[in-house]
Amino acid sequence: MGLSKERKAVLEGLCKQFRRTLLDTLYSVQTGHPGGSLSATEIITTLYFEVMKVDPKNPYWEERDRFVLAKGHAAPMLYIALAEKGFFPKEELKTLRQLNSRLQGHPCALKTPGVELSTGPLGLGLSAALGMGLGARLQRKPFYTYVLLGDGEIQEGIVWEAAMAGAKYGVDNVVAILDKNGVQLDGTVDQIMPLGDVKGKWSSFGWNTFEVNGHKVEEIYDAIQEAHQVKGKPTLIIAHTVKGKGVSFMEGKHTWHGKPISKAEYEAAIQELEGGR
Amino acid sequence: MAGATGKAMRQVYGETLVELGKTNPHIVVFDADVATSTRTILFGEAFPERFFNVGIAEMNMAAMAAGISTTGLIPFVNTFACFMVLRCGDPIRSLIAYTKLNVKLAGTYAGLSDSYDGASHHSILDIAFMRALPNMLVICPADGAEVKAATEAAVQYKGPVYIRIHRNECPDIPENDSQPFVLGKGKLLRSGKDITLVATGYMVHRAMEAAQILEAQGVSARVVNIHTIKPLDTELLERCAKETGGIVVAEEHSIHGGLGGAAAEAVGRLYPVPIEFVGVRDTFAESGDYQALLEKYGLTSQHIVKAAEEVLKKKGGL
Ligand SMILES: Cc1ncc(C[n+]2csc(CCOP(=O)(O)OP(=O)(O)O)c2C)c(N)n1
Ligand SMILES: [Mg+2]
Repeated sequence: MGLSKERKAVLEGLCKQFRRTLLDTLYSVQTGHPGGSLSATEIITTLYFEVMKVDPKNPYWEERDRFVLAKGHAAPMLYIALAEKGFFPKEELKTLRQLNSRLQGHPCALKTPGVELSTGPLGLGLSAALGMGLGARLQRKPFYTYVLLGDGEIQEGIVWEAAMAGAKYGVDNVVAILDKNGVQLDGTVDQIMPLGDVKGKWSSFGWNTFEVNGHKVEEIYDAIQEAHQVKGKPTLIIAHTVKGKGVSFMEGKHTWHGKPISKAEYEAAIQELEGGR
Repeated sequence: MAGATGKAMRQVYGETLVELGKTNPHIVVFDADVATSTRTILFGEAFPERFFNVGIAEMNMAAMAAGISTTGLIPFVNTFACFMVLRCGDPIRSLIAYTKLNVKLAGTYAGLSDSYDGASHHSILDIAFMRALPNMLVICPADGAEVKAATEAAVQYKGPVYIRIHRNECPDIPENDSQPFVLGKGKLLRSGKDITLVATGYMVHRAMEAAQILEAQGVSARVVNIHTIKPLDTELLERCAKETGGIVVAEEHSIHGGLGGAAAEAVGRLYPVPIEFVGVRDTFAESGDYQALLEKYGLTSQHIVKAAEEVLKKKGGL
């Protein structure tokens, strides 16, 4: 177990490249959500490039691992990962959110190869992931389902309904990851609706929980491997992240949840990313 | 397409709430982590103690508002129109409409106006849902001035009201704004004798354009703004059916269950005449530029003109 130095370097290189592509893409289309895409970069990259078994040539292969982007507004980062994987040509990223594109503002499973579930309206993803996990178990399919939640998102009541269901049915082939960046749309999570002791709450609901630094690929990877060992209960990995991670003027700022990027901001951001901070 | 007020409809709404809040201490405002977008943040800044941002928990918000209204306060509930229906739907039906509670519901980003976010965020079935609820008033303002008037009227009225608000600026319509806003009464914006174009929301502006195009073709088109979809001004629609013999209904909504459905129900019963519908034709739309979406999904003045030609054919007038 554990990530080799080489693989760690590869994943970190991809994260750097993806952040750059994200800024290029969002700047060119002048719409989309930078903050929550940047905080999820390491999580999505580790999943797609180290953990998940998927086949871009055969996107509907029955035994593929599933990924549900419950916080659907981070779609741009998902699309970037899927394009790098080869689910569709990278040039298509330029069509993000434009008329006639396969790349919708929020993931659409009918339109985009590799997208498992249509999301956008927050809160539905965890329940759907549990359904996928139960379907796998019932049909003796060996795949895992991974689901990425926002910390504002888990204010939705349905998430806690899913928390109970996941424990009741012991859905141990589902691994949920919480992008705990502490910020939502209108402000910080503490200002808008404090979550209290997240780890304690999920533990008391019957979930196995881990805490990791969500910007360290090796920590994310290790926690997922450990989650695979846990039998009889689902796992929530609480990933401590920074909204807007990698672009200092976006970091921790709710105002960068979904704001278009100006030319000056774009140039400053690229300079910072290229500087390899 | 800038309105003379130069303001997005949601901005006018937010500012109106602040104005109302100054004189009416009973007004309280709820939001679910989209206050920056719905512009209720303005009320939150002006009256922090009367503002509740409950986080991403819309159903909770609507039920809390139902409760607070029973204590004599007047809550405004705010979120995107799609979530107002889909997340707040149960408390709206089971608590607010059923008991006729004095709760005001403002659904912003209505129709296709949250264009880039895509079909998951578009709201093209909210009129159908709200209109099917007993005791619910349904208002869809056409421009900034009408947003203000509708919000004020909602406070005057005692009972549940749904106000459907566009994300963006809509052009001001002088013919509309020169007339008083009366709940439940349509506005005759342009006289005509060959056909009536009935519209609501942003499509009122489009109907005015269509009437001009039709005039150039020698067709005299009447334009009616139905800002209150429920209760519907059936008297006015009946009169238009009698006097012009054909109707086109245009709305930024599904052609099923919206103003088109409401008008067809009324006209079919009171004075049947040929009728055509301009709206989203039973499909999910997609992400894209707002005007490009209206074009692709059939919501332009040209589409209204085409629909009018269909009606005129059926009337035997073309
Ligand atoms: C049901 C629902 N309500 C509101 C929204 C609007 N919205 C989109 S993202 C967002 C904030 C999300 O915050 P969080 O879950 O913390 O995501 P992140 O910080 O990772 O971007 C909101 C309120 C939505 N998409 N769905
Ligand atoms: Mg967050």
